[in-house]
Amino acid sequence: MGSLTPDFRFGNFVASIVWLVLVVLALFTVLILPIIFFSLFYVPLPIVDGQVLTPYLFFSMMVDPSRTLPIVQFFIHTDIFRAAIFPGFAFAALIAAVTIFVERKLLAKMQLRVGPLYAGKVEGIFQLLADGLKLLTKEIIVPSGADKPIFWLAPIMFVSTAAAVVALIPVASGWVVADVDVGLIAAFAILGFFPLIALLFSWASNSKYPFIGGLRALHQLIAFEIPFFLSALPVVILSSSLNLSDIARSQNIFWNIFILPINAFVFFISSLAELERIPFDLPEAESEIVAGWLTETTGMIYGLIQLGSYLKLYALAGLFVILFLGGWYGPQIFPQELIPGAHESNLPLLQMLALDGLYNPITVNSIFWFLVKTIVVIFLMLIIRGINPRIRIDILLHTGWYKLIVLTFINLFVVLMLIYGGIIGPEGVISIR
Amino acid sequence: MTSLEEKIDEAKRLSLQITKETDDDRLMTLSVGPQHPGSGHFRFTIKLDGDYIVFVDPDPGYVHRGHEKMCEYRNHFQNIPHLERPVIHDSCNITYAYSLAVEDLVGITVPRRGQFIRALASELSRLSYTLYWLAIYGIFLGHSTMFMWPAGDRELLIDLLERLSGARVTNAFNIPGGVRNDIPYNFKEKCLAQVNYFEKRLKEYDNIFYNNPLVRQRTEGVGILTKEDAIKLGVTGSVLRASGVPFDVRKVEPYDVYNEIDFNVQYMKTCDSFARAYVPVLDMRESCHIIRQLLDKMPESGDVREKLQFNIKSSPGETYKRVESGRGALGYHVVSDGTPKPYRVKASVGSFRNLLALPFLLTGSKLGDMPAIYWSLNYWPVEADR
Repeated sequence: MGSLTPDFRFGNFVASIVWLVLVVLALFTVLILPIIFFSLFYVPLPIVDGQVLTPYLFFSMMVDPSRTLPIVQFFIHTDIFRAAIFPGFAFAALIAAVTIFVERKLLAKMQLRVGPLYAGKVEGIFQLLADGLKLLTKEIIVPSGADKPIFWLAPIMFVSTAAAVVALIPVASGWVVADVDVGLIAAFAILGFFPLIALLFSWASNSKYPFIGGLRALHQLIAFEIPFFLSALPVVILSSSLNLSDIARSQNIFWNIFILPINAFVFFISSLAELERIPFDLPEAESEIVAGWLTETTGMIYGLIQLGSYLKLYALAGLFVILFLGGWYGPQIFPQELIPGAHESNLPLLQMLALDGLYNPITVNSIFWFLVKTIVVIFLMLIIRGINPRIRIDILLHTGWYKLIVLTFINLFVVLMLIYGGIIGPEGVISIR
Repeated sequence: MTSLEEKIDEAKRLSLQITKETDDDRLMTLSVGPQHPGSGHFRFTIKLDGDYIVFVDPDPGYVHRGHEKMCEYRNHFQNIPHLERPVIHDSCNITYAYSLAVEDLVGITVPRRGQFIRALASELSRLSYTLYWLAIYGIFLGHSTMFMWPAGDRELLIDLLERLSGARVTNAFNIPGGVRNDIPYNFKEKCLAQVNYFEKRLKEYDNIFYNNPLVRQRTEGVGILTKEDAIKLGVTGSVLRASGVPFDVRKVEPYDVYNEIDFNVQYMKTCDSFARAYVPVLDMRESCHIIRQLLDKMPESGDVREKLQFNIKSSPGETYKRVESGRGALGYHVVSDGTPKPYRVKASVGSFRNLLALPFLLTGSKLGDMPAIYWSLNYWPVEADR
């Protein structure tokens, strides 16, 4: 501990912390609590279990377990919970964080390395936290001659656009932030913003390498958007709906991937291209154009764009699961009651642990299967990075414009033939509904 | 295929045109290096017309340290440690050429066991260098696994060299008169085991990298350097062999014990980037073959070094000796005026010769081909600058 000052006293250190806590508590009591309470006069308080949810009732849940469940139940059905926590931003960000960690460890194992090791006791599990803190403390350098408003705005736009795609992904029946009737089109429309942001940011950076990277991003995403859309078209024909929840519900008998294997493949490849991951990471090709459109990013601007791209990864993996892998359907593995016999018990703690009213076996099962499938798809997307090089732009454009589009049409015709032949479809022999 | 003269004329015409049209908005001047992740200690400016490179201006010299001049102030033994600095991964080959030249000047022959050990060290060094080069070729194409695998397997050979000489990379092992020390106890078995394991790994490189269709798409038919052009441009080593010329200094001018070793000169006739990337791997297989033979034929006992005094004097004269390094023919021209220090030392390195092909191949190719062509030329910037 060579960094301690000579006049360091442990007692003083503890005293300073105690003083800090006291001052914060005093400020909280004197200033913030009154502000909260005054503002609560003007807010219509919700009614939970026949009672108005006052702060006193809210605090009473700490001492009375029977009050906790209704309040929690009330909160998880609010819109703010869905948008901010589950299945919205916090949930997706958690998956993104886990994905980054798993990617680093997985690639390390493939490449005879150990990966992150030192941050955190177990296998460097806090490496991401350390990296995030480092990025937060880094200076943000704005290049001279940069278009400053766009330069600052683009990373925020990137994250919020990615979060907007996440908002459309249902994780279980009824568990979606925005249950839009044209959900699929909305997802594609929002995904169409990303090349625009890349191009704006690269133009705003006022540098040559980002400019080439931005142009590459634009070319690549335009070339791959058409097979991307087209590969989802037979899914819409099969389920006769654009609503993502309805598309998932239409696959409760069999998954779309069994009828549309080629389209699932095309969708997977196109989503890799949308994500700018290897082998399609041309906009960030470091041996050609330094870091592509991310060359001038520093500190948290880079962190935000990374967060956004991993949110996008989760969103596209979720979209793949919804469209082709049967959404949240899977064998029921969760029991009807979380703890059998807990309702008859006299112990209040055991009754609370039964999570009466909160625990819905079908919903929990749906979320579980959705997560399992999504993680498998993310895993496949990660493994590709370990075994493939980057491809060249002309091969990429050729793949997008010629091969993938033709492949999507093959399966589209097959599906149309099956529908007109009366084999599948609403009035088919194998009825989906 | 147009001839070399026509291509050079076209390049000159293009460059003249470009110097006239510097204000043209169509062309973008892009600086690659020295702080570019795709350049090394080297810089070249390229002019882009859309995605096509129309003009290349290599600008080496960032790591020039004047070691030819440094040689004139040190005696032959003192020259060994600093001569190997430019390519520390291939140190045994560089010192090999210099030692051969000095021995020729002084007029001594190395004991037979010493000859075998220095050939062994140079083969291990060549393997280590080629793996390092291959790792960078992998990451230049964006293949991160191909970066890590050779870099990891290189440790095996580094370990062997460390057991042999005491240093991991800067071995200073081959010195005038032989090698510095005898091989350590149990070295033969260890060396055989690791080389045999390494040969198995080479097959896995094929599976993950060279047989990957995306790697093939990126490298096949890219940067064609025909046989005639290669000979005219004077490239050597794997670049020349990839153009269909079976030229290997170990075969055409065998030095030390190489005339007793049975090995083939591996070459390919496709002349493209893929061939230039694959010939070193074939070379590595041959090297494993050679190492096994060297270990087999090595005399069981005997001196490893001719005893020389520290300030060896040679009669006035000059000599030129070359060996096959990891990057091609590497020769040392040593002029002596009778004093212990050389009067002049001139190194003829494979890297600089291979650099001459860079503007020739890059002009007219796509920007995405740049890393695939540039690093396939087996060019080591530090060695070229010397």
